[in-house]
Amino acid sequence: MPYIPHTNEDREAMLAAVGVSSLEELFAAVPEHVRFPELDLPLALSELGARWELESLAEENLTTAEAPCFLGAGAYNHFVPAVVDAVLSRSEFYTAYTPYQPEISQGTLQAIFEYQTMICALTGMEVSNASHYGGATAAAEAVITAINVHRLKRRQVVLSPFVHPEYRAVVRTYTQGMGLTIVGDDGAADLMGLLNDDTACLIVQYPDFLGRIEDLSDLAEAAHAVGALLVVVADPIALGLLKPPGEFGADIVVGDGQGMGAGLNFGGPYLGFFATRKRYARKMAGRIVGQTVDAEGKRGFVLTLSTREQHIRRERATSNICSNQSLVALAAAVYMAALGKSGMRQVAELCYHKAHYAQQRIGEINGFSPLDDEPFFDEFAVHCPKPVQEINDYLLEEWGIIGGYDLGRDYPHLQDHMLLCVTEMNPRQEIDALVDALEEMAE
Amino acid sequence: MKLDPQARYAESHEWARQDGDEIVCGISDHAQESLSDIVYVELPEVGDVLGKGDAFGVVESVKAASDIYMPMGGEITAVNEELEDTPELVNQDPYGQAWLIRFAPSDPAEFDGLMGVEAYEAFVAEEEG
Repeated sequence: MPYIPHTNEDREAMLAAVGVSSLEELFAAVPEHVRFPELDLPLALSELGARWELESLAEENLTTAEAPCFLGAGAYNHFVPAVVDAVLSRSEFYTAYTPYQPEISQGTLQAIFEYQTMICALTGMEVSNASHYGGATAAAEAVITAINVHRLKRRQVVLSPFVHPEYRAVVRTYTQGMGLTIVGDDGAADLMGLLNDDTACLIVQYPDFLGRIEDLSDLAEAAHAVGALLVVVADPIALGLLKPPGEFGADIVVGDGQGMGAGLNFGGPYLGFFATRKRYARKMAGRIVGQTVDAEGKRGFVLTLSTREQHIRRERATSNICSNQSLVALAAAVYMAALGKSGMRQVAELCYHKAHYAQQRIGEINGFSPLDDEPFFDEFAVHCPKPVQEINDYLLEEWGIIGGYDLGRDYPHLQDHMLLCVTEMNPRQEIDALVDALEEMAE
Repeated sequence: MKLDPQARYAESHEWARQDGDEIVCGISDHAQESLSDIVYVELPEVGDVLGKGDAFGVVESVKAASDIYMPMGGEITAVNEELEDTPELVNQDPYGQAWLIRFAPSDPAEFDGLMGVEAYEAFVAEEEG
């Protein structure tokens, strides 16, 4: 069955319109030998044959269901309750897309509204958008919001070196051409000393990329003293236990919501969340769902403040983001609703205590020592007696354990430092096995 | 369409009125009517220096968000902060209570380049086609 809708007459008309007589003439600029190359492909497989082929390829993968995992660094192995997929796979949610027509989209709109409400509660902020495609995108959008809040008059962004290295790269990619100066993450400079009256925002991570928890009050105060916004990249699971950034005076809180119901999924799709103060709502990127009443006075949900969005405001919109990550946002909403406040706290406590048990045990092994004695959540950095890559290869090959993140990749002064992550998915036996493996390695 | 005979008009539907050495500026009755219910007004900061035709703010209605442009160049000396809480004034009294900004013109002669009442009326009629 041909899937091309054009008839020969259509084609003739289009060729005539662009002023060429044939398809060959249209493609004449493409060298002949690459125009219709012979592809050296194997014969087509039957459906069953294709299934066998794909299954054997899939068996090459190692998943966290088979191997204990102590890798975090931005993507976290948390439990996904069955209720999440049960709701997600309902066809009303699975197939629905842009909810521009409230008459036919109340379910989708209400789900997004509830997601936004819970994100606000978790972060201590007043408004949330309907989500972004990932934490890194949300961080970049936070920078753009801060620039817009200052009406493009401030051009400096102070970025902590302990914001996720990939997020920092995305912030730079995203804002290139805007004429911004991004400082702070190129050395051990004092962040507060870099703030001045050209600073649009200060961006920090909480807990930071090395897992450490910092009191953000002083940073918030210092940023506000020069009129800059404080942007906090946060781990939503940690917020089940930690003081919300909003209480420290954060102006924008963003992060990746992957840990809340999305699974690791081989790297995506993930979920960017974005929340801010009400006074910055009009400068916020992305769509927002609001609660209203219909003509009969009944509660309803509708996209709101759309006039600042690209599909209406065109080139002068606050952002080019015109969509959201609805299905993954729904997963996060179901996750938060299913766990509730006490469940979120319980998950966070499990992560905290297991990680602290692991850190203490590993710190006792000869040659291994914690990077510092700062408070941390579920990730911590340890100095290792051997190169991290060598340790990880050994853990995987000899013990079937997925080890930690090699911090030397991003921080030259942290060669031979491993970032380990422990969550509720690591029973004590797994942690003890990791300790045994590292002991054997250290001998 | 209501018009203020004291004011002069720009093609982008702002009005400008002389008040001593300064210019008071807002959007025309025709503009507010086309936009329908105004829900938010964003204004510049006092001290901003803008050229003729530069966007100085945004008027947002239930239908659209529209940039508003300087009818003449100048330095902003005051903004109508009352509109922050009561943007509907723009619909109710576009030439009076809902003035948007005052500015010190960089070239007072630019005022003469704006349309008078009759010219603006003809301009709107033609634009409506």
